[in-house]
Amino acid sequence: MGLPIPVKVKKRSRVGIAAALEPNDPVTCTYRGHGLALALGLTIESVLGEIMGRVSGSVGGMGGSMHLCEPSVGLLPTFAIVGAGIPVAAGAGLTAQVLGTGQVAAAVFGDGASNIGAFHEGVNLAAIWKLPVVFICENNQYGEYSRIDKTTPIENIADRAVSFGIPGRIVDGQDVDAVIEAVSQAAARARSGAGPTLLELKTYRYAGHSRGDAAPYRPEGELEQWLQRDPIDQYRERLIQKGLIDFKGAQKLEESVANRVEEAVGTVLRHQQPGPQAMFRNILADETGRR
Amino acid sequence: MPRMRMNQAIAQAIADEMRSDPTVVVFGEDVAEAGGPFKTTDGLLIEFGPNRVRDTPISEMGFLGAAVGAAATGLRPVVEIMFIEFLGVALDQLVTQGSKFRYLSAGKVTVPMTIRASVGAGLGFAAQHSQTLESWMLASPGLKVASASGAENAYGLLRSAIQDEDPVVFLEPRRLYAVRGDVKVGSNAAIPLGQARIVRSGEDVTIVAFGSTVRVAVDAAEQAEFSAEIIDLQTLVPWDRQAVLESVARTKRLVIVEENPYSFGWGTEIATKVASELFGDLEAPVLRVTTPDVPVPFGKALEERFLPSTSYLLAQTRYLLETGTLPRPWWEGGPT
Ligand SMILES: Cc1ncc(C[n+]2csc(CCOP(=O)(O)OP(=O)(O)O)c2C)c(N)n1
Ligand SMILES: [Mg+2]
Repeated sequence: MGLPIPVKVKKRSRVGIAAALEPNDPVTCTYRGHGLALALGLTIESVLGEIMGRVSGSVGGMGGSMHLCEPSVGLLPTFAIVGAGIPVAAGAGLTAQVLGTGQVAAAVFGDGASNIGAFHEGVNLAAIWKLPVVFICENNQYGEYSRIDKTTPIENIADRAVSFGIPGRIVDGQDVDAVIEAVSQAAARARSGAGPTLLELKTYRYAGHSRGDAAPYRPEGELEQWLQRDPIDQYRERLIQKGLIDFKGAQKLEESVANRVEEAVGTVLRHQQPGPQAMFRNILADETGRR
Repeated sequence: MPRMRMNQAIAQAIADEMRSDPTVVVFGEDVAEAGGPFKTTDGLLIEFGPNRVRDTPISEMGFLGAAVGAAATGLRPVVEIMFIEFLGVALDQLVTQGSKFRYLSAGKVTVPMTIRASVGAGLGFAAQHSQTLESWMLASPGLKVASASGAENAYGLLRSAIQDEDPVVFLEPRRLYAVRGDVKVGSNAAIPLGQARIVRSGEDVTIVAFGSTVRVAVDAAEQAEFSAEIIDLQTLVPWDRQAVLESVARTKRLVIVEENPYSFGWGTEIATKVASELFGDLEAPVLRVTTPDVPVPFGKALEERFLPSTSYLLAQTRYLLETGTLPRPWWEGGPT
């Protein structure tokens, strides 16, 4: 099934991102976009259907795990090329600026992506044109098998904002509320015409890069440390403290989510895979002359 | 002859070049400590150390450009582009910079670098990680393009690529990395670039293949009731015109099997040359067996349908031999 990408990683910060955006704000995201896609409003069946190559998938089962898309909730086709979504988000911001739609574009990418040319060119362009874009770097400490400090000479990616003359801000990516607050502020700034912001969400990749990577290169104890600050655990705790839910209620909620996922797996397994004719669709507007 | 997987043959070829030439250096994403995402550089860091074997950030333009600069000034870099698609962000450094240095220095500056890239479909990596894309490089004078078709020639071709005085793009069909073969090793085992290999002799038809399709052609020939001569081009730029023309002059029929879209695939060049040179001798039209002009689909069944398979090649070739006319491709209802 190609490259099933572990998403447990940072799904939670993504709930925060989605919560802070308007429903029609365009979003670009990486191959690791499953969590964000769900948070933006794709159904479990649509995400799972794509991962499993079924016609019910968000691109009809033709793209697989790395390729989700749902324009109705703002999600542009996800990018399997590192950094590629960053200038594209600048372009989506350009549309908002030129047409005066009031939208804000968001680019979600990894720490590793901040070393590729597309990052620097895309952010620079957005900065000089004051485009309404929020650049959201999920610093999960790793790019494939390489720890961030091996590939990036500075500790905080947010510091890179200085070279574009835009605000750069470090955010606790394990804290859903902190993410909502930071993205909301940056989006409001962008909507006001003040230009882009670079946010760095400090988080952690719980699993290896992809299936089959046991992540032996990780220092001992690092994962455990991050797990102690797991965003779901923290958020549950906070809701309980605030009296919004009790322990039992939280347990029930989590069970119902697990059941909902189980049910979706069963449903999707019954869905068909696309037939060969699907290969020839959606290549150009004009469906003739392609053979 | 030792038996090994293709990725091991590649690692060994690089190691042997590094042993015999201290200017050979290796860099790319996760090639050092992790030994490469496909284990094609396994063991190099331990033997040659961090001065010569380096991990890079995700910066293809940066490190490919650095390879051009290093090659122009005294090193012999071997860089890895994990999936050929990633060359897209670095193409300028290859086709417009590196491959023009010799010309634009009146021969005074050369760029002896090797760019290794994994290519092709068959592993479910979908539309942005499954193309072959050799056509990006074919019409850009100043570089060479070669491909392994298995462990057997990966070692020898890669050694020649590294020794070459010009930029060489070395393609590695990803789905063959884990396949074992008997590999001739040592400094005498280098396989010259620009030379095709007759994998199997035959009389009724010449089947020209490259990279991943060589295996497909050999399997087809083994099952066929007709006698097929199989040519593995091994190098596309420059390709071995003499070997192909000589073979087709004997068999009088040519089939080209390619893992790339039908339109503008590398086989068009072979077909044109043969049809022009041997116009009066051919007993059947030149047949190209390719993928359709579509992005690589994700699902296993569709991907299998998409790729030229042994049975499809057999059905198409059989039709050509039996009727003397051109079969339609499968997507136009032709024999499969
Ligand atoms: C241009 C390019 N180079 C290399 C890759 C291979 N690759 C896929 S994911 C990845 C690591 C990306 O790290 P990061 O940006 O931190 O994102 P994460 O996977 O951690 O979310 C690499 C190197 C790619 N897809 N595109
Ligand atoms: Mg990362």
